[in-house]
Amino acid sequence: MISLIIISVYLMLLLGLGAFASRLFRGTSQDYMLASHSIGPFLLLMSLFGTTMTAFALVGSSGEAYAEGIGVYGMLASSSGIIHSLCFFLVGIKLWSFGKRYGYTTQIQYFRDRLESDKIGILMFPILVGLVVPYLLIGVIAAGTVISNITEGAFSDMFAQYDYGVPPWLGSLVICIVVLIYVFFGGMRGTAWANAFQTMVFMVLGVVTFSVISTELGGVHAASERVLEKHPTKLMRTVDKGEEEAYEQQFQIWERLAWYNWAVDSGELELTPEQRETALASMRPGPPWQRPFNQRRAEADFAFEHGLLDSLTPEQKKTAELEQDDRIVPDPLPEDYVSRPLESFPKQAWEPEAIDFFKDQIGHPHEEGKMTRKQAMGRYRAMRWAPEEPHGINPWAFLTYLFIPLSVGMFPHLFQHWLTARSASSFKLSVVAHPLFIAIVWVPCVLIGVWATSAMMPDNPKVPLVPPHFNPNGVLAYMVNQLTNEVLTGFLTAGILAAIMSSLDSQFLCIGTMFTEDVVLHYGGKKRFTDQQVVVIARVFIVLIVAITFGLSQLEMRRVFTLGVWCFSGFASLFPLVFASIYWRRLTKAGAYACVIAAFGTWCLLFRDSNFGGNPNYLFLGVMPVTTMIAASTAAMILVSLATRPPSDETLAKFFAPAESAG
Amino acid sequence: MRYVVWGIIVLLIIAHQDIWYWDDPTLVFGFMPIGLLYHATISVLAASTWFLATIFAWPQGIEEDTMAAIADEPAPSGEASE
Repeated sequence: MISLIIISVYLMLLLGLGAFASRLFRGTSQDYMLASHSIGPFLLLMSLFGTTMTAFALVGSSGEAYAEGIGVYGMLASSSGIIHSLCFFLVGIKLWSFGKRYGYTTQIQYFRDRLESDKIGILMFPILVGLVVPYLLIGVIAAGTVISNITEGAFSDMFAQYDYGVPPWLGSLVICIVVLIYVFFGGMRGTAWANAFQTMVFMVLGVVTFSVISTELGGVHAASERVLEKHPTKLMRTVDKGEEEAYEQQFQIWERLAWYNWAVDSGELELTPEQRETALASMRPGPPWQRPFNQRRAEADFAFEHGLLDSLTPEQKKTAELEQDDRIVPDPLPEDYVSRPLESFPKQAWEPEAIDFFKDQIGHPHEEGKMTRKQAMGRYRAMRWAPEEPHGINPWAFLTYLFIPLSVGMFPHLFQHWLTARSASSFKLSVVAHPLFIAIVWVPCVLIGVWATSAMMPDNPKVPLVPPHFNPNGVLAYMVNQLTNEVLTGFLTAGILAAIMSSLDSQFLCIGTMFTEDVVLHYGGKKRFTDQQVVVIARVFIVLIVAITFGLSQLEMRRVFTLGVWCFSGFASLFPLVFASIYWRRLTKAGAYACVIAAFGTWCLLFRDSNFGGNPNYLFLGVMPVTTMIAASTAAMILVSLATRPPSDETLAKFFAPAESAG
Repeated sequence: MRYVVWGIIVLLIIAHQDIWYWDDPTLVFGFMPIGLLYHATISVLAASTWFLATIFAWPQGIEEDTMAAIADEPAPSGEASE
């Protein structure tokens, strides 16, 4: 409950900050949306970094490091340090100049002018907003997960089905409402201040979290050495041979269990009382809740060693494995049924069975001898599902990850900052500090995620702190909750939420600006609405998008990192357009349409092919899907541009230096 | 110097593909995985290089030229010409 109170106080503080900023609000829509271009270098750095890093940085990076190992830093953190600033240099400075000279405030205004096309906005607006939604989704999902994990047991008799803590949907909803309120009160100025404040909060508390967790794990040396001993694969980008062999042994034991369970459940086999007695004589010891699983395992070993499972056909064995792993058995069976890997079969609804199995032991987390529903499901997964196969990182995937940070070139909120900044020089601090800030946040998070793979319970060194098959989104919050006291947990959670909210706020405001500028004022006319009406329209649109995002967050959970990568890939696939619009005079309206359609088309196809982000290790032709998207959008843009009429001399003169446009 | 800065950036992008630490789980200082330390160093080098870039490769006169152009041009529209 103390954690919940601290989090609530923090949220109230943010509302106060928004209210204070609103006192400085000049009452115009320009001031509300753009703070009259008055944001200086420091606020700009904090705002840009806070928005770009989001839940992806804390929750996503620690979760992904837990799942994939240290390689995650190279895939997105160090590459972003180089590529983000490169985009600032190559794209941002030029755009600032255009924005200043021609008065653009959104990227669609710029593209309409540069491409001599009014209708490019109709094509781009839904795509850009559609790509912002997963960006928001990352934060909304992560906020709900973090608050729910942290507040377990906060209530004595409410929300039993959520382990007596705040339900994830309620946590997500509260965060959305708080951010909406301070964005509505404070506008761009309030958002920039809140962003700067929250970015500092999450950076400072991130370092504190790292320090506390490492101490609780016995120090940085002990925590890392445990990983080297148990999961060395997580410390590199290839699979350790010893770990691979251990996995293969565990998998064989698991296969026997699956086959035996299926044979018994389908009536193909029943051990005699004597056989069972012999089998149980060699049963592994364990806590009472583990006893039924250990019994089955001992019986399975006995049955296998005495050839009682030899009569099962390969199809029966495959079905047994699918059922043991709670996966759907296809009907009819495909031709390659036996050879297809387990992961290619979708999971079935297994949670009710897990809850039913442990129903007598589930209760309030503070009650002696009881376990939470999350613990029950974790134990069920650990005891029943196939062991997790260690895997490395594909070098081609690592190389092509470099394309993903190009997304910053098309992020709507960054584009707006570039177009409307007070001066080009105000970006210098961001260009230099961005890679350092990334390192300060990501290195501790990646280490925590990697340590989580091998950490043991402080009071029981034989039990893993994080059970197998744990949801990566919850790793950081779970570690904080398990290893710190309630007061510290409250503060550290406030830090995590700060990172999440510092991204949501800028996005909310940005989509509001896009809607009013690119749709309402563009098509309705600037004189049709008063300033106040424009602000109200922006707010209604923001609420609508947030409601859609919230609705989507209640659907099936995806890994925060995976969602982020798909979102960034979509923006990155549009990077060739902005780059060509600045540096290639031959870019035409039709070429731009072809580029956007090719990017959107390949994104949709590949996203669908990846089971809508359900496969976190999805590659297309052995490389990251963003590679195909960029190749398709670039090829379409170049070919169609060369085949169509070049832009007018007037447009070329407007966007290119005289010497350049003369050719 | 401008070309040196851009050259360093290209080198950083190449150095980012560190196949040499791909299968090395060594813990530097007893706790830091060598692959992670290497990439953290790349981040620090990137910041240093971008600092040099703001000094030696920043487009000279862009702000003055932009302001001069604003003074010479009619009021901006922010809208498409079609």
